[in-house]
Amino acid sequence: MRNNSRIGWLLLSPTLLILIVFGFLPFLYVLFVGFNEWNIFAAEEGLRFSGLDNYRRLVFDDDFTTSVQLTLKFATFAIASEVVLGFLLAQMLTRKFPGKSLFRIIHTFPLMVAPIAVGAIWRLLVIPGFGPVPFFLDRWFDIKYQIGSFPEQALLTSIIMDVWHWTPFVTLTMLAGLSAIPREPVEQAKVDGANRLQVFWYVTLPFLRPVLLTTVFIRIMDAIRTVDEVWMLAGGGPGTRFTGIYIWRVVFPRTDYGYGSSISLITLYLTVVLCWLLFIAISGRRKGEVE
Amino acid sequence: MRQRVWRFLLTYGFWVFMTALTLIPIWWMFVVSMRSRVELFSRPNLAISRFFVENYTNVLTDSTFQRYMTNSIVVSTCNAALVMALALLATYALSRYKLAGRDNIFFWLITNRMAPPAAFLLPLFIMFTRSFRIGDWTLFDTQLGLILLYCVFNLPFAIWLLKGVVDGIPIELDDAAMIDGAGLAGVLRHVVIPLAAPGLAVTGILSWVFAWNEYLFAANLTSVEARTITTGLAEFVTVTGTNWGELAAMSMITLIPSAIIVIVAQRYIVMGLTFGAVKE
Repeated sequence: MRNNSRIGWLLLSPTLLILIVFGFLPFLYVLFVGFNEWNIFAAEEGLRFSGLDNYRRLVFDDDFTTSVQLTLKFATFAIASEVVLGFLLAQMLTRKFPGKSLFRIIHTFPLMVAPIAVGAIWRLLVIPGFGPVPFFLDRWFDIKYQIGSFPEQALLTSIIMDVWHWTPFVTLTMLAGLSAIPREPVEQAKVDGANRLQVFWYVTLPFLRPVLLTTVFIRIMDAIRTVDEVWMLAGGGPGTRFTGIYIWRVVFPRTDYGYGSSISLITLYLTVVLCWLLFIAISGRRKGEVE
Repeated sequence: MRQRVWRFLLTYGFWVFMTALTLIPIWWMFVVSMRSRVELFSRPNLAISRFFVENYTNVLTDSTFQRYMTNSIVVSTCNAALVMALALLATYALSRYKLAGRDNIFFWLITNRMAPPAAFLLPLFIMFTRSFRIGDWTLFDTQLGLILLYCVFNLPFAIWLLKGVVDGIPIELDDAAMIDGAGLAGVLRHVVIPLAAPGLAVTGILSWVFAWNEYLFAANLTSVEARTITTGLAEFVTVTGTNWGELAAMSMITLIPSAIIVIVAQRYIVMGLTFGAVKE
């Protein structure tokens, strides 16, 4: 550790400069606009100070509360499925079998696909008219499937799409976590007569905890921000009007800048609090281990 | 013996099933990209009977598409290079120097990735169109604007990845190089960069992919000159009717770099995605 902090700051300065100009200043601006009434189509031009009005409005805005509920539902179900599925896949990948790396490469592929292309892929699958999913569901199971008309189906489809897209990420982090677990405790537990479930619960899981938390942390951040793929899939139809999409609608087509800013800020606040708690959980644990 | 056979069948059955789940959606898009409008609206059929490449030739010979493609390549490459350079310097500083509030800086860096992107569109739009103005030139609709903006998302992630790598390089090596008369630049060039090379490569690749894949900002902060390929994709979906065949063809083209990267650099991506997570 060097004490010459001037050079340290110098090395850090370009990064800080870019992040302040394009990350922090916009944040301050959003904070400021959130306390104002500002709509391009309003009778009065420009900003008009309105105190906490936007935030008051937000609590009673059904569209907003629904969008938060939908986002949380989406994030919870998607992340839960991804973690369970990802863990199972990682567990299977710890074994050696011929062709393993090929399967792993194919499994990793969705991770690198552009969200907008993921949306396009799934839209082509479920589109009424020529999409195979509605066609076969109707023919084999007599299920009417149309994401434009049934909000639950739209939500379910976006969850499945997210699972398709992001499970590989969980698999990879879990795989790394699993391979970093030392052998001795596992062997010891087996010698002591623990069955598979007990080994998993008392040995594997505590070792995996930091990795698991980090993975969930990254996934929460991204799931709450999801816009592109769901927009491409359903065009902001019912059942998929997540907070990110709702903000976009308020800011761009409606040009209700003040209100849009206050929603953004609350969303950001919720995400930061959620992640901060997770961060403390992770780093607290790490310090405990070092000392 | 019998148990072994069962196990073998189960493992492969499972993996074939998972692979099918991964690939069928992409395969279907490929099928759509190989069909004309008329063929498309008949009964869904997962097999390809004839190759209808007009969708691809239409897209590839379109000058607008060529411009989008060039923009995407330039923006992604410059962004990846910039992110690698800046992240290395920043990580070195965070790792080696006593800086006031280091941990807070680190967390603040990460919060930049949490923001709902839609929230920042408005201030960025205003900054791009009005604040950064030199005569008639604005940051709006330029490649430079996107390159700088994507740093906001890539730098925190890159620093997070590299932190573990640089922390893992013993400071004694730096000291040894300095005793041999190397300055800061020398230490970076001869000690840190060679040892952190795999991590740096991963950072570059992942930043490149992020920039290539980004849609929301590219769509709202560019209009004609600097549009990227993802925005081009979304432009196909119009109220008056979408040309699904060409949309699929263009999506397939968008997938190509991702496919190449996954196949060539799989091992490094796995390393990179897990550095932050498993540096214990």
